[in-house]
Amino acid sequence: MNPTIGWIRDLAASWGVPAVLVPLVPFLLLLIALYAVLGLAAYGARRRWPRADKTIAFWMFISPWLIGFAIFTVGPMISSIYVSLTSWDLITPPQFVGFANYTEAFQDPRVGQALKVTLLYGVISVPLQTALAFVVALLLNAELPGMRFFRTIWYLPSLVSGVAQMVLFLWVFNPQYGLANDVLAKVGIEGPGWFNDASWALPTVILMSLWTVGGAMVIYLAGLKDVPPNLYEAAAIDGAGTLRMFWHVTLPQMSPIILFNALTGIIGSLQIFTQGFVANGGPKDSLLFFVYYLYDNAFQNFRMGYASALAWILFVVILALTTVTLRGSAFAVYYETELTTRRRKR
Amino acid sequence: MKRRSVLTTVGLYVVLVVGSVVFVYPFLWMIATSLRSLAGVGSSGASVVPEEFLWDNYVRAVTSFPFWRYTLNSVLTTLIPIVGTVFSCTLAGFAFARLRVRFSGLVFGVVLATMLLPGEVTMVPQFMLFNNLGMIDTLYPLILPAFFGSPFFIFLFRQFFARMPAELADAAVVDGCGWFRTFWLVYLPLARPAVVAVSILLFMGYWNNFLGPAIYINSDQWKTLPLALAGFQSVNGTDTPLLMATSLLITLPCLVLFFAAQKHITQGITFTGGK
Repeated sequence: MNPTIGWIRDLAASWGVPAVLVPLVPFLLLLIALYAVLGLAAYGARRRWPRADKTIAFWMFISPWLIGFAIFTVGPMISSIYVSLTSWDLITPPQFVGFANYTEAFQDPRVGQALKVTLLYGVISVPLQTALAFVVALLLNAELPGMRFFRTIWYLPSLVSGVAQMVLFLWVFNPQYGLANDVLAKVGIEGPGWFNDASWALPTVILMSLWTVGGAMVIYLAGLKDVPPNLYEAAAIDGAGTLRMFWHVTLPQMSPIILFNALTGIIGSLQIFTQGFVANGGPKDSLLFFVYYLYDNAFQNFRMGYASALAWILFVVILALTTVTLRGSAFAVYYETELTTRRRKR
Repeated sequence: MKRRSVLTTVGLYVVLVVGSVVFVYPFLWMIATSLRSLAGVGSSGASVVPEEFLWDNYVRAVTSFPFWRYTLNSVLTTLIPIVGTVFSCTLAGFAFARLRVRFSGLVFGVVLATMLLPGEVTMVPQFMLFNNLGMIDTLYPLILPAFFGSPFFIFLFRQFFARMPAELADAAVVDGCGWFRTFWLVYLPLARPAVVAVSILLFMGYWNNFLGPAIYINSDQWKTLPLALAGFQSVNGTDTPLLMATSLLITLPCLVLFFAAQKHITQGITFTGGK
């Protein structure tokens, strides 16, 4: 703890502030001071330039985000660069070690394993999830009685998320008492060891991730409802069948939403953590997801420098994958512009 | 819409029913298992017919660990951040939609760019920050950041406010209403559906948050429900009914909220699904 902050806390405690609220006092004081300065500046600016009230209002309105951006994003990112060049256990002062953390990371076989597991998970699960969610949305978009019921059913699993989902599936895929192997046994197949088997653990997590496609599905459903019906009418007049309508109308119209879902899916998949944590990394590090390994280094082994270097490696990987997806999608995504809308109306 | 043949309709229903059964089955199994005895779990396997009704499992789930204490922590780290996020994001969203000034477009670009930034990069230094503030092993690191906005929801509210007529603001300002009062008295009340939808989405996110508590919480008294469940899983690894009952209890608020607010969720999706 910072000594000044410690002093403020002691002071607050001696003034009878409840113990639960004591950690908040220095932070609040800091914030109040910051807003006092900001308020004074705004007041001064307003007297000086009376017509700039809109500009002043704008900066005041976004000030919470701006302050948060400075203290929770920019500041930490800069200090993270420095920390990644040190060896630091939070107790003794940090030691500058140059690029030693990065060279260590490139030689660490567990980093290789973590990257492999995480990328495999992302590369396989995201296309599968996107395809499944889209197909299900297409099915559920049919105007037939009972669709509301089916939509609810498909969305329901998405509500069981995080730890609860993992705990459930550890039992669904339990080799002895689990649901999956009992079903397989009924049709005469001897099920695998799932989470207990190093070569099956990752496919099992991917399979499990398909259970919660409901969230993406409802977004596609909303998008399908937004496709202008006159496009279908025009296509029908031109003699297009169901398949051609899908290929030339539905898919282009939906492509921005698919891209958005795929992008958030990729970023999300590389940040997978809970499953690795609950399974303790899986047998033979088969579920050693990158963020879990990072967490392990930072908050179990207290190797802050090494963990920061790992975080930057993850950042570069995510950035690279995002760029590749965006570049690759440029020719495949159709953006509605005013020009095309106008042309269509004519 | 075009007409379908009877065969296609029947085929569609068959696919839907089979798919739904596959999807809902683990969930039903979870409920059935939560009501079984340990011996029952071994003998009934994949069946979802609840042949036993051991409500005692739920009693054990609530009493075998400080369930209510964890619930209180979960509620605190869910409801307060919702208020904080909605407050900071509506403010910023309104500014980006209605207060177009020099640099506002550029700043909005920065907001969008941070959407792509993985939180893990700032995870370690943020921990140091909270460590410096003496907030490790308290609920504050899980609550305070919410008051400083989240890029995705700023974007969402900006889209919502931008679709509302600009004349509203002009009229209010001409009438001598300041910008904050215009926002607070005119725009925010009109944004109610968006606020409700976002709050529901946020609830699901904060309630199930796991990484945050796993980093910041060490002592038993500040654990949230998901963190407690993860610990519970490793301690009571073989007591399946108890684990299923506890998991269901933790999921219950999300289920209740979903069924109570289904209409609002669909509305919310329409905002997020927009191009």
